[in-house]
Amino acid sequence: MGKRNVAVVGAGMTRFVRRAQDSPKELAWQAARMALESCELTIDDVDAVCMGTAPDAFDGVHRKGEYLSDGAGAWGKPYMRSYVGGGTGVFAAIQGWYHVASGMFDTVLVVCEEKMSTYYPHAQAAFLTIFDHTTERPLKPNLLWIFALEMKRYMETYGISAEDIARVAVKNKRNAAGHPCALLGDPDITVEDVLNSEMLASPVRRLDVSPVSDGAVAIVLTSNDKASGVTEHPVWIQGVGWNLDTAYWTNRDLAYPEYVENAARDAYAMAGVTEPRKQIHIVEPYDPFDYKELHHLEGLQLADRGGAPQLVADGVTERTGNMPVCPSGGLLGVGNPIAAAGLMKIAELFWQLRGEAGERQVPGQPERGLAQAWGDLMQVGTVVIMGNEEAS
Amino acid sequence: MTANLGPFPGTALSEKDFEQDKVLYLHDEVDARFAWDTGVAVGAYLAGLRRGEILGARCNECERTVVPPRAFCERCFRPMDSYVPLADRGTVNTFSLCYVTWDVRRIEQPEIPAVIEIEGASELHGIMHKLGEVEPERVTVGMRVQAVWKPAEERQGAITDIRYFKPVEETQ
Repeated sequence: MGKRNVAVVGAGMTRFVRRAQDSPKELAWQAARMALESCELTIDDVDAVCMGTAPDAFDGVHRKGEYLSDGAGAWGKPYMRSYVGGGTGVFAAIQGWYHVASGMFDTVLVVCEEKMSTYYPHAQAAFLTIFDHTTERPLKPNLLWIFALEMKRYMETYGISAEDIARVAVKNKRNAAGHPCALLGDPDITVEDVLNSEMLASPVRRLDVSPVSDGAVAIVLTSNDKASGVTEHPVWIQGVGWNLDTAYWTNRDLAYPEYVENAARDAYAMAGVTEPRKQIHIVEPYDPFDYKELHHLEGLQLADRGGAPQLVADGVTERTGNMPVCPSGGLLGVGNPIAAAGLMKIAELFWQLRGEAGERQVPGQPERGLAQAWGDLMQVGTVVIMGNEEAS
Repeated sequence: MTANLGPFPGTALSEKDFEQDKVLYLHDEVDARFAWDTGVAVGAYLAGLRRGEILGARCNECERTVVPPRAFCERCFRPMDSYVPLADRGTVNTFSLCYVTWDVRRIEQPEIPAVIEIEGASELHGIMHKLGEVEPERVTVGMRVQAVWKPAEERQGAITDIRYFKPVEETQ
């Protein structure tokens, strides 16, 4: 049996906030309910539920997937939680896709939730176990190190300046000013603000980093034969790809994310995209740090190696540019509740491609978009391509 | 607002809500302690460190010399062919001047984590460690550095048997 075409037919999200009163289950429920209501389905229409959520350590809850299942609408249903670090939010959508594409289920609810405020004094510590316990952790690393080290290598390899990179943070935080769920939208922020913000771990300054947040996002997927009965405007998942590099992160090229290229090439092949720079109209790459957006655009083959900063400087990646990048406001602007932030990018493409993005709407009736997330020990790339045309 | 959507759910709290006792919360601590076995290859690496030696491993199929050593080549998915003693010198691949602790408290003198490509390992193959005995502003990518070891009697078979790496002193 061949693969079935799969559409996104509904989406919902909570506000992304520094600290939510709502419990993790309540956040998951709010996003899931909103996604179902947006396409006038009920939980009885849902055949299976996919959950994406990041480390159990954030909540201090063993088997967090099972704990969240009630909020995700999984009572009495087939349910599966996936987790690939920061790559989770886009991977959960891929998992939902293959649940439907395989023919196993017709309608799948995908929910991603993260509550990072529970862990104190700072969620960063929950990430420290990412470092190898024997060969690295005795050095007492902090999480910023790996990003600072990768960012420095990227800048050094291609002669990229802090200003080149700061423009990404400015663009995304300005874009987020139009997002009703955003935590750090700021229409007035400037490159100087970023360059003058506190140095954390050179070259990373405070405003180069996305904020830890609480929030949840959900989408509804259906098979092609169901989609038209649910909505007049399904958005089709045209291609998916995911790929992992080695966890020996000090044994590879930190200037270029080859695993992102591998994931993108698989997704382009499935989507029949042969000239991504012409055929992808909106990009939502993963931007937990501003340099990562540039790194990822290059891995996605949407910019030459070392060439992404020029696209930003030239305004190509503005919402009104030829290739809008993070018109949502991204993680830098909307917020970074890890898994939810990745699925937010899928939801954003859904709204943008339907012309429902309000103040954030990319002009010119975009037809195809790409969402990408990234994570684990700087080693996983997850890519989804969505468009208004159903694949033949 | 996003057209046809909303209001978006979610209830934001501020510091004030806690100070003014408007919301209840519960503190908890998880006691989790571990004793990790090193594994075979990293065990050999740690034994090498105790001798004052950085050990790599060689795969004859992809012709890489990797560090830290491992039992199998993750690319060729076959056993490594041999352990290879490497120099205790290398080149700074990348570094950071870090002014904050893990819980984002400021520190005055920056820590200098770095990826150091170890001499004798394949290109772009290195380890994470720290730099010392160097003015932070003088550190550069490409700088040649050498390990500063603890005295032999203080070494425990740990990555911290190397205190840090310092710039190679140029001999005349």
